[in-house]
This record gives sequence, C-alpha cells and structure tokens, in this order.
Amino acid sequence: MSELQEISNTELGEVLYIILQYYGYDFTEYSVASLKRRIGRFMELTETRDIFELKYKLINFKEYFSYFLQTVTVNVTEMFRDPEFYRDLREKVLPTLAAYPIIKIWHAGCSTGEEVYSMCILLKEAGLLNRAYIYATDINPANLAAARSGIIPLSSMKAYTQNYHLSGGTQEFAGYYTARYNNIIIDKSLLKNVIFSRHNLVSESSFNEFQLIVCRNVLIYFNRALQGKIFHLFYNSLAPKSFMALGLKESLISSDIKNQFEVVSAKSKIFKRKM
Amino acid sequence: MDGAGKVKDVILIGGSAGSLPIVMRLLTGMPPDFSASVIIILHRLKNAASDMDQLLSRIAGIPVEEPDDKTRMERGRVYLAPANYHLLADEEDTISLDYSEPELHSRPSINITFASFAAMYGSRVTALLLSGSNSDGAAGLKAVLEHNGSAVIQDPLDCEYPVMPEYAAVVNPGVTALTVDEIDRLFKSIVL
Ligand SMILES: C[S@@+](CC[C@H](N)C(=O)[O-])C[C@H]1O[C@@H](n2cnc3c(N)ncnc32)[C@H](O)[C@@H]1O
Repeated sequence: MSELQEISNTELGEVLYIILQYYGYDFTEYSVASLKRRIGRFMELTETRDIFELKYKLINFKEYFSYFLQTVTVNVTEMFRDPEFYRDLREKVLPTLAAYPIIKIWHAGCSTGEEVYSMCILLKEAGLLNRAYIYATDINPANLAAARSGIIPLSSMKAYTQNYHLSGGTQEFAGYYTARYNNIIIDKSLLKNVIFSRHNLVSESSFNEFQLIVCRNVLIYFNRALQGKIFHLFYNSLAPKSFMALGLKESLISSDIKNQFEVVSAKSKIFKRKM
Repeated sequence: MDGAGKVKDVILIGGSAGSLPIVMRLLTGMPPDFSASVIIILHRLKNAASDMDQLLSRIAGIPVEEPDDKTRMERGRVYLAPANYHLLADEEDTISLDYSEPELHSRPSINITFASFAAMYGSRVTALLLSGSNSDGAAGLKAVLEHNGSAVIQDPLDCEYPVMPEYAAVVNPGVTALTVDEIDRLFKSIVL
C-alpha cells in the first residue's frame, strides 16, 4: 500500500522557490492540492525519503529535475480524447472556420502531440488543412520532441481508432499512419503546417491572433488566480467571434471575463469570444 | 491546518461494489437545509452510465453535483466525484480535479480524497467507508484519524461486499463499525 508523504505549505513553498531560482519555472500559482499530490508521487517513484533530500537533489542534479518536470506536469493525452468534443468541433466550429482564408489555431499545452494530430485529421477531412496554421506549444521540451517525431506506440492505436470513429470519423483510420515494429508514425503531410514550440503560459505573452485556441486539461493544474490570468491571455489572443476549447471538467468559473464569452457547447466546454 | 471560510463540516462517503444502494438510502430524506458539505466518491465501472449525478439528485430530491475543477464548495451541498478524476481539497474551499494515474487501480481514489480533505479540514471531517471488494479507503481513513477527524466503516457483517471495510479495520484497528441503519442515523444527525 502506498502512503504518500504529506507535504506542508511551507515545504511546498521552499521547493517551488528552488525550482524558480535554479530552473526558471514558476509553479507558485499551480494548484496546491495537485502539486502536493504530484510531488508526493514523484518522491515515491524516485524513493526520495524526505523534503530535505528532494531539495538537495533538485539543486544538484539536472536529470533529477527533468524527471521532476516530467512527473509533476501531468502529460497524459490521447488521440481523439473525449470523442464527443471532436464531434462538436466538426459540427459546431469547423464550419465557421471554413469562412476564413487563413485559419490560425493554437494548441496550448499540447503535450506529446496526440491532440494536434487529431486536429489535423479533422481539418484534412473538412478540406481545411491547407489553409490552417497550427501553433502547438508546451512548457516541457521533452513533450515537444515526442510531438515532433509523430511516433506513437502501436499498442495505443486500438483505443484511438475507436475514439476516432466515435467522434464521427468515417475514413480508414490506418490511412493516417504507417506502422513500424511496435510504433506507428503519423503521416508527415498531416503536420506540414504545424509548428511545435516552447511556450510557458505562466510567464509568456500572446504571440498571435487565433480563430481557435485549444487548451485542454492544462488549467486544471493551476489555481484560480492563475486560471483567471490565462483567460485574459486567451481572450487577448482570440480574434473577435473566435473559439476557445477547454477540458471537459474545466470552466470559466474562475474568470472575471466570463461574460465576454458565449457558450458554444456546455458539455464539450467550447466557448466563443463575443466581440 | 484547518482552512477558514464558508465550509463548516465535511462528510466524506467512499464506496465501491454494493455501496450505491446505501448511498441512495443516506441521501433519501435529507433535511432541506443542512450545514455540512457532502462529498461522495464511488468507484464506477469504466463504461457505466455517466448520469449518476442525475440519478442521485432525483432520489435525494436535492441537487447532487459533479463539480468542475476549482468549484467553490458550499454548505448544504452534495458533490459527486466525476468518473475518471481524483477529487482534491484545495485552497479557499475549492475542489480540484486531477487526472493523474489511478491509485490502487481506482480513479477516483477514495484514499486520495480522504487524505486530501483530512489534511485541509482536520477535525471537521467525518469519513464513512461503505461496502466494496478492494483495498481502497483504508489509508484514507488512517489519514482522517491522524488529523483528528471521525472515521466509520460499514460493519462487514452488514455488507454485500465486506472486503473494503474489513481491510480498513485491519489498517485502523478499533475503527467504529456500524450497520447501515446506524450509519443512516449518524449521517442524518451530523449533516445538520
Ligand atoms: C495533461 S496534458 C494535456 C494534453 C492535451 N492538451 C490533452 O488534453 O490531452 C498537460 C500539458 O500541459 C503542459 N503544461 C503545464 N504547465 C504549462 C505551462 N505553464 N505552460 C504551457 N504548458 C504547460 C504540460 O507540460 C502537459 O504537456
């Protein structure tokens, strides 16, 4: 039975301070509850006995920190995760985007790319891929490297194929990739207009104006105050009447500008900037 | 550290196989006004119907809410952990959801929620662990007791699936075991 270390607020503050000082990542406005859980989990995985050892190793071992980053920022993702969401994108968002000569999309917190690949498939099927420019960003360079590779374990494909069809996809899913040994590689022509780059939502500003921002299952790890700031960032990065998609359990409750958005799909958490 | 704020007492209910009828019974005949915040963690089958909140609302005659992330908890409300997310107590009486790995094959995990609320609300927590056939909940009850909260298990002799409370009793020797009738009476008295 696992018994996670209990971490006090003071200890947490010390750890976050070290990370900010030594590595420049600011986690001070992440959700305290999830941080404590993630750090406890990391200590368990690395057999770190106490906070003292954790702090010592964070300061002295770069690889230890890389692994910390990997564990503490949850990376789980899937192709066509929440198929209903992708169905709503197909039916309620893409038809509007089709009116634009150039469609700019931002995937914020794209993790290892599965969400981006899914979007490219949707765009291709809607005949919009050639006009779409996709900026896929994440805080974690290791995730971006995986995303650029287009490689996914073959073992995941059964579930992803099922997701794809549940989302309303009618093509032969295997046509979008090539299998090689235990992996598949996504058809590179799907990704020709995708730029993967590093961007930290906490400390960096808007870099373009988009017709659609997808930020799913990222804000859930932030506290209310930080979520509120990110909603301003997104609002300022959206063209009028453009779309914002969040994770299924994320909402605008912590936002002081929620009235500036209208709801496109309450269930799929798709919103639209009003003006 | 006990958080200040609007939330008064928190009643945590954890259950797995065989617990749904008991949760329904507890929620039946709830007083219209109550001051506790009630959090329910149920293990569900992966493909089970997802409208459990509506089902429970209908039975209880009061809204049972599956909270979004960072929902502010209130008194007199019942919250149900959404399928596939861990539910955590966060700052300023908010609920955080967490999509990280299952614990003891469970997500939501009873242990994680119990421990998280114990650390935040201390003696204001009452945790009820119901029927089930796995080992989740025992470590959570331990955390509740260590933070001076109250812990109760469903009497294994009065359980459809006794493994979960039995295991909790092994980990927490001497923990109070009550029959369903007794738990119902206790619940109705402390929820006020
Ligand atoms: C759970 S994944 C979500 C992946 C994908 N969007 C999905 O829903 O399947 C969360 C991602 O957010 C990234 N992330 C966390 N903090 C971030 C920050 N401050 N700026 C940008 N990305 C961040 C993590 O590195 C991780 O890849």
